[in-house]
Amino acid sequence: MQMGRMRAGAVAWLQAAPMALVLLVFLVAPIVMIAIVSFWRATEFSIIPAFEFDNYEFLFGSPVTYRVFLNTFKYALITWAFTFVIGFTVAYFLAFHVRTLTWQIALFLLCTIPFWTSNIIRMISWIPFLGRNGIANSALISWGVIDEPLDWLLFSDFAVILAFVHLYTLFMVVPIFNTMMRIDKSLIEAARDAGANGVQILWNVIVPLCKPGIMIGSIFVITLVMGDFITVRFMSGSQSANVGRLISNDIALLQYPSAAATAVVLLGTVLIVIAIMLRFVDIRKEL
Amino acid sequence: MSQPVQDLELVSVTKRYGKTVAVDAINHHFRPSSYTCLLGPSGCGKSSTLRMIAGHESVSEGAINLAGRDISHLPPAKRGTAMMFQSYALFPHLSVIDNVAFSLKMKGVDTRERRAKAAEMLELVDLTAMAERLPDQLSGGQQQRVALARALITRPQVLLLDEPLSALDPFLRIRMRGELRKLQRELGISFVHVTHGQDEALALADEVVVMNNAVIEQAGPARDVFNAPRTRFVAQFMGGHNVVALPEGHFAIRTDAVGVGAPGNGVEANVTGIEYQGTHVSVLARIAGDQELTALVPENEFYSNPHTPGDRVGLIWDAKNLHKLTA
Repeated sequence: MQMGRMRAGAVAWLQAAPMALVLLVFLVAPIVMIAIVSFWRATEFSIIPAFEFDNYEFLFGSPVTYRVFLNTFKYALITWAFTFVIGFTVAYFLAFHVRTLTWQIALFLLCTIPFWTSNIIRMISWIPFLGRNGIANSALISWGVIDEPLDWLLFSDFAVILAFVHLYTLFMVVPIFNTMMRIDKSLIEAARDAGANGVQILWNVIVPLCKPGIMIGSIFVITLVMGDFITVRFMSGSQSANVGRLISNDIALLQYPSAAATAVVLLGTVLIVIAIMLRFVDIRKEL
Repeated sequence: MSQPVQDLELVSVTKRYGKTVAVDAINHHFRPSSYTCLLGPSGCGKSSTLRMIAGHESVSEGAINLAGRDISHLPPAKRGTAMMFQSYALFPHLSVIDNVAFSLKMKGVDTRERRAKAAEMLELVDLTAMAERLPDQLSGGQQQRVALARALITRPQVLLLDEPLSALDPFLRIRMRGELRKLQRELGISFVHVTHGQDEALALADEVVVMNNAVIEQAGPARDVFNAPRTRFVAQFMGGHNVVALPEGHFAIRTDAVGVGAPGNGVEANVTGIEYQGTHVSVLARIAGDQELTALVPENEFYSNPHTPGDRVGLIWDAKNLHKLTA
């Protein structure tokens, strides 16, 4: 009896082992490594294994850090707001206004077409469009809307957020669409039977029932934006910075311990943000 | 008009989906404060009819009058009807009391007042103790009572029930139908109940409306429809009847009006099957012309003179129990 139970326990461990091993090697180990390196000492020409808080002291002592973190939050928040509004609208249209499943699938696939090319290509294609002599400016001038080309279209926060919204809205559409499709249509009828108008149905029935999807989409968008560095570099023309760029600059200068410390702080920040978001909505039943 | 008219009336109401006709120009007058069952097989148009009355389906042609006005183009909440959905359609994110108070919230009634009114409704359906629970923490029967309370809080003149008992297990179904009937008597409003179960319709309804192929086959008090089916379809669908083809035409005869006697009496027949049903035994027998008839014999009577499949017997009936069918 005792033996049998022990064997059953061993089998369970064995079954869990491959996945655990993969996670250990490819997720836990690198993070632990980053955490260890963040305590090492670095000079201009050497990196010395150590356990000291110099990297963190420098990080928290510099006003640049706070400014860059604030900027990262700003990008995340604005991008989240836009992707949420656009994503919810698109998902709502697909789920409630498109009647047949065939059309729903067709239109949904249409939304994913831009994702058949790489992130960077989609981002760079904005440059000729938004540039000083780009399509947007010349069109606006020829329509007589403006006299001078607009400078803020490219290499600005506007361009950064535009690219973020363009890149990540689908991550909002998919989970919200998914939860919307699971809403029983008779609930909508029941709400209408109780005298609810369109806005009331949206606010009292659809939005509350979509909360898990909204939350999953929000986690995607916020983590992606907070971890990004290439979009900010390209679209701001290296004029704006976020935490990702701070790390990439450190790496370019071979300041690995400093980069590791920044990465640890960023990871902590993102985890705190997600923890706060999960306090509001239980997404477990969606997973 | 001398008295306030609260009756619901369908005037050649038609529903078309593309080229298919789901409901074909039906006329019916629902008596005030009555319990009416729309009965029929699936796809006969009974649900479409109910949903047209509720306003969840547009009326292709015809009019629906309630209390003397045509409601067929009004939104659902303005009609004086309320609907109870087949799967109850309770809002999963709202507590029981908020589900019940939903329509008042939509009207802009403030929180305290609407909760007080909802609490009254919950008392009516005996669910006060469950007020703060979520729907999925309730049993099927309790969910149904919440749905009922939510529909009734709008003070409808007509309550529309779409197969309200089909999601319950058989035991609970019988209990809940008793409660539905009692509630209808207490409230004194009309209930229109869609079902495909003839036993449910007979047990509940003041008036049974049998539908088939988009039209009303027969309507009338439950006892009349059961005892005097007009068509072959009604006789067969209501159950408890044999349809016999005799030289004078088709007739319906209740299975319990057919007796089994010794061969030589009545109509010559061959027993093909015996089914014990508790209080009765149903004897299946084949008569000339390859027609199979059922005789429902009281249990004690059958076992005092039992038959087995293959026996030759005589089926006896009183000619006055034969009921002529028109189609």
